[in-house]
Amino acid sequence: MKDFIIPGLDGAPLFSDRDYGTPARRSQTMVTLTIDGQSVTVPEGTSVMRAANTAGVTVPKLCATDSMEAWGSCRLCLVEIEGRRGTPASCTTPVAEGMVVHTQTDKIRRLRQGVMELYVSDFPEQTILGAANRDNKLQEMAAAVGLKQVRYAAPEGTKLANHVEAADAEGNANPRWLAQDVSNPYFAYDPAQCIVCNLCVRACDDVQGTFALTIEGRGFESRMSPGMAGDDYLSSDCVSCGACVQVCPTGALLEKSVIELGTPSHSIVTTCAYCGVGCQFEAEMQGETVVRMTPWKHGKANHGHSCVKGRFAWGYTTHKDRILNPMIRESITDPWREVSWDEAITYAATRLRDLQGRHGTKAIGGITSSRCTNEETYLVQKMIRAVFGNNNTDTCARVCHSPTGYGLGRAFGTSAGTQDFDSVEHTDVVIVMGANPTDAHPVFASRLKQRLRKGAKLIVIDPRRIDLVRSPHIKAAHHLALKPGTNVAVVTSLAHVVVTEGLFDEAFIRERCDWDEFQHYAEFVADPRHSPEATEALTGVPAAELRAAARLFATGGNGSIYYGLGVTEHSQGSTTVMGIANLAMLTGNIGRPGVGVNPLRGQNNVQGSCDMGSFPHELPGYRHVSQDATRDVFEKLWGTVLDKEPGLRINNMLDAAVEGTFRGLYVQGEDILQSDPDTRHVAAGLAAMDCVIVQDLFLNETANYAHVFLPGSTFLEKDGTFTNAERRINRVRKVMTPKNGYADWEVTQLLANAMGAGWTYTHPAQVMDEIAATTPTFAGVSFDLIDEKGSVQWPCNELHPEGTPIMHVDGFVRGKGRFIVTEYVATDEKTGPRFPLLLTTGRILSQYNVGAQTRRTSNMVWHDQDVLEIHPHDAEVRGIKDGDRVRLASRSGETSLRAFVTDRVSPAGGLHHLPPSGHAGQRRHHRLLGLGDQLPGIQGDGGAGAPLQRPDRLAGGLHQPGRAISSHRDGRGVTCP
Amino acid sequence: MAAPNNIAKLVTMANQIATFFATQPGTTQAAEVAGHLKAFWEPRMLQALYAHVDAGGEGLSPLVLKAVERLRQPVA
Repeated sequence: MKDFIIPGLDGAPLFSDRDYGTPARRSQTMVTLTIDGQSVTVPEGTSVMRAANTAGVTVPKLCATDSMEAWGSCRLCLVEIEGRRGTPASCTTPVAEGMVVHTQTDKIRRLRQGVMELYVSDFPEQTILGAANRDNKLQEMAAAVGLKQVRYAAPEGTKLANHVEAADAEGNANPRWLAQDVSNPYFAYDPAQCIVCNLCVRACDDVQGTFALTIEGRGFESRMSPGMAGDDYLSSDCVSCGACVQVCPTGALLEKSVIELGTPSHSIVTTCAYCGVGCQFEAEMQGETVVRMTPWKHGKANHGHSCVKGRFAWGYTTHKDRILNPMIRESITDPWREVSWDEAITYAATRLRDLQGRHGTKAIGGITSSRCTNEETYLVQKMIRAVFGNNNTDTCARVCHSPTGYGLGRAFGTSAGTQDFDSVEHTDVVIVMGANPTDAHPVFASRLKQRLRKGAKLIVIDPRRIDLVRSPHIKAAHHLALKPGTNVAVVTSLAHVVVTEGLFDEAFIRERCDWDEFQHYAEFVADPRHSPEATEALTGVPAAELRAAARLFATGGNGSIYYGLGVTEHSQGSTTVMGIANLAMLTGNIGRPGVGVNPLRGQNNVQGSCDMGSFPHELPGYRHVSQDATRDVFEKLWGTVLDKEPGLRINNMLDAAVEGTFRGLYVQGEDILQSDPDTRHVAAGLAAMDCVIVQDLFLNETANYAHVFLPGSTFLEKDGTFTNAERRINRVRKVMTPKNGYADWEVTQLLANAMGAGWTYTHPAQVMDEIAATTPTFAGVSFDLIDEKGSVQWPCNELHPEGTPIMHVDGFVRGKGRFIVTEYVATDEKTGPRFPLLLTTGRILSQYNVGAQTRRTSNMVWHDQDVLEIHPHDAEVRGIKDGDRVRLASRSGETSLRAFVTDRVSPAGGLHHLPPSGHAGQRRHHRLLGLGDQLPGIQGDGGAGAPLQRPDRLAGGLHQPGRAISSHRDGRGVTCP
Repeated sequence: MAAPNNIAKLVTMANQIATFFATQPGTTQAAEVAGHLKAFWEPRMLQALYAHVDAGGEGLSPLVLKAVERLRQPVA
C-alpha cells in the first residue's frame, strides 16, 4: 500500500500500518512476559494486546485501536493467562512481569466464534457475505475466528428481533430499523451495520473532543446517535473531522466516495495543503483518482487525526473552474485568448525583458506563495534575484508572518516557533492569544483540548468568546476579553504583575538572558502605568482577572503561549510578539517540552515560504541581502551578481507601479487583490502595470488585471515539501499527473529559462539539495532524510543531524535572550460618532481563507455566505435582527453582510466572518481593512474613511482604525497549493 | 519623485518605525531607525524620503529626521 516502507527497530517496519490496539506507554520500567511462547519486553502499563502486537502476534479485535485508550466492549480479544481465572480482555489487561499469555486456545476460539456469531446474527447478511462489503473489519474478524455458521433462528411463525430489515415479509415495518443518515456530504451512516462498539463515540470524545456522538438506549435497544434526538449528522454538533469514520470497524460509517468508487488500490503519503498544522495524509487512490484522504498515523503533527478540510475538502482539485490552458491578452480590457504553453511563456518572458529594457532592471518583480512548496518558492525568489536581477520578491506571509519573524528574531535569534506540537502534551498552563484553533487549526485544537481535559489550565486572550473559552469538558480559567488593538498593553500588564509580584524566574534569566536588558525591562514594566488597574480602562480587561491570569501563568508549571493572526496582524504586531517572548523568558518557559512561544501559522507553507527567502531583504535562511558572505554563496552557485540592496515589498511595488517605475509582476499562487489590505490600492497598482502574470488554479480576482494566465497545479500533482508551524519539513508527493500539464516549479523554470536562466532541474529533490547546500539551517535536509524519518524539523545540520524539535534548549540562538521594551502605542484612529463600531475578522472551520478552494467543495453546506456577528445590544439599537442583511461602512470602504446576533462578540464590536461566497467577498472585506506594522513592513493604510452609510437598517458605520483593530484578521486569497 | 499620497504613506511608515525605537532605552534610537530603514527600505523609497526631507520634511518625526541625517552621511 505504501509508497515507501522503511525497516525500523526490532524488525518492525517504522511506518507500519499495524494497529497495536492500545496506545504506547512511556514508563521507563520495563516488563518482560511471554506471549504464545515468545518473550517480549514492553514498558510497564502496556496492555497485553499491545505487547502481543509488539511481538508480532495479532489478537482479534473490533473495538480497540491504538489511538485511544481501551474500552473492552467487543470481547473478541479475550486471552488466557496462566495462573489467572477466566478469559480477560487483552486490551484492558496490563502486562505483568513473568506473565504467560495464550492468545489462541480451543476455549478462546469457541468463545470468539460465539461472540462473532452474535454480532453477525444482527448484521446485514448481504454486507457480511456479499460484494457490497467495503472496509469491513467484521468480515475480516469473522474469517479470523473461523466463523462458519450463524445458528440463531426464530421459533416457527416468529421472527428474530433485529436492526437490519426495514420490514418483514408481510410488509410490517421494523420499529428497530433506522434509515441511513446521508445528511453529511462526505460520509454516510448506516445504523443497520452498527455493532455499537463505541469506537466512533470515543473518537469524537477522546480524539476530536467535540462530544457530538452518543449511544442512546440500553441493551439491545442501544444505538449510536449523532446529537440529540431528532438530529442527523448535519444538524448535530459534528464537525466532520472524520475520526468516527476512520475507526468504524464495520463500514456503518463510510466515506461516500468509497461507496461510489469502491475501495482504493494503493496509497501515497502526502501533506495537507490547507493550514499550518501540516497534517499528513494517505491519498488512497484508484489509478490517478483520489478515493479518499485518510490521516496518516505516523504524521508527527497530526498523529492520525484530521479536520473537515484536509480529510474531505479536496474536490476543488478536479473542479470544473480550474483553468488548464495558458491564456494571454494584450490589454486587460481584451478577452483572454487560449494559447500553447510555449506561446504564453515566450510572450511573458518577452514582455518582462522589454519592460526591463525600457524602465530598468528593477521595474519588475514577483510574489511567492505560502501555498506552494518550499522548492517552488525557492525557485521563484531565485528567478527574481538571479534572472530578473533584483530583490523585488515578496509574499503574502508579509502580513501574517513578518511580525513573528522580526519579533522572535530580535528576542531569541530565530524567526520561528520554539516547540513541536507534541510539546502540548507536557504543558500545564496555556495562553491562547489572538488565535481560534478550533476553527483555524482544528487538529492542533484537538490535541490541546486533550491536554486541557487532563487538567492543564487555559488562559484565552481574545476580544471574542472563541469556542475554546467554553466547550464540552473545556473551560478557560481566564478569558481576558480585551478591546481590539490593546494587545501590547495587556501583555505588558501581565509582565508587570510577574515582575512586581516577584514571580519571575531569576535563575533562568540570569543564566539565559541579558541581565542588563532585563533590568531595563523590569524597570519599564514595573512602572505603575502598566499595572492592570491602570490599563483596565484602556484594555477593558478587569484588573483582578488579569492579575489572576498572570499569577497562574507564572506559577502553574510548564507555561506555553500559542498565538495567531490576532497578534501579528496589527500595527503593533511585532511589539506584541516581543512582549510574548518577554513573558516566556520572564517565567523561564523556554527550552524544554511543554513551554515555549508558538505562532500558529495560517497557511500550509507560511513558515517555509519565509525560510526560502521570499522577503525582499532576505536570502534563504533569513540572511540579509547586504551580507557579502551570504551573497557570495549564491553568486558562486548561480553564476551571477546579486543586488545588495533590499527590494520592494508588495505594497511598495504597487506604490511604485502607480508612480510608473514598476511595470511587471509575476504572481505565483496568491490572489493579492483579494487577500491584501486596501483593495483600491492594490487594484490601482495592478492596473498601472504593463505585464501582470498570474499563475493559479482558478481565474482569481488578481487575474482581472493580468496579461498572462499560467495554470497552476494542486498539491496532489507535485513533489516537494511544506514546512509547518513547528518548522517541520513534510513531504508533498505527487499522486496524479498535473491536469494543467506542469507542476508549478516546472512553470517557473520554463519562464526563467525563457529569460535565459538555463536551469535544468528535473525533480524538486534537486532544488532541496541546492537549498541545503546554500542555507546552514537546512544543511542536513534532503528528500532521502525526510523519506527515512517521515519528516524533519529545521535546524537540521551537523549539530542537529535529525532536526530540532525544541529550540533554545541550552541557550538562545542569538546567545543571550533579549528583553525588549514594549510600549503600548494607541491606534491613530478612534471610534467616534461617525464610526462607532470596531470590525474584526475571523475564521470558520469549514471554509479556508477567502474560500477559493473550500467553496468549490461540499463544505458550502456548513457555511455558504459571509456573516457579520454583532452583539445584541448593538443590533437592537440599530433595529437589526438576526439574519438581516446590513450595510456597513468604514473610512476605507463599505460592504453588506448577513447579521448574526450573538453575545460572543463584545458590545461595540462586530465580527465579520470569512466569505466563502467568494469573489467579491474578501475583496469587500479588505475594502474595509487596512492595517499593518511597519517594523517588518506590513502595509500601512492611509486611513481615508468613507462617510457613514445609513442604509435602511444599519444606523451605525463600522470603524476600522487602520492599523490596530483586528484580533482575527484573516485573509489569504491564495489558491495554488 | 513619489506621488503625494505615496509620500504621505512613507511618512506614516517612517514615523511608525521611529515610534517603536523611541520607546527603547539607551541613546541609539536614531541609529536604530537609520539601520532599520537601510535594512528594509528599497533605495527608491529612501530617495523619496530624502527628497521629502529636502522639501521640508513635513510630518516626519524628529527621530526620523535624525535618522535620515545619519543615513545621508558619507560612509567613512
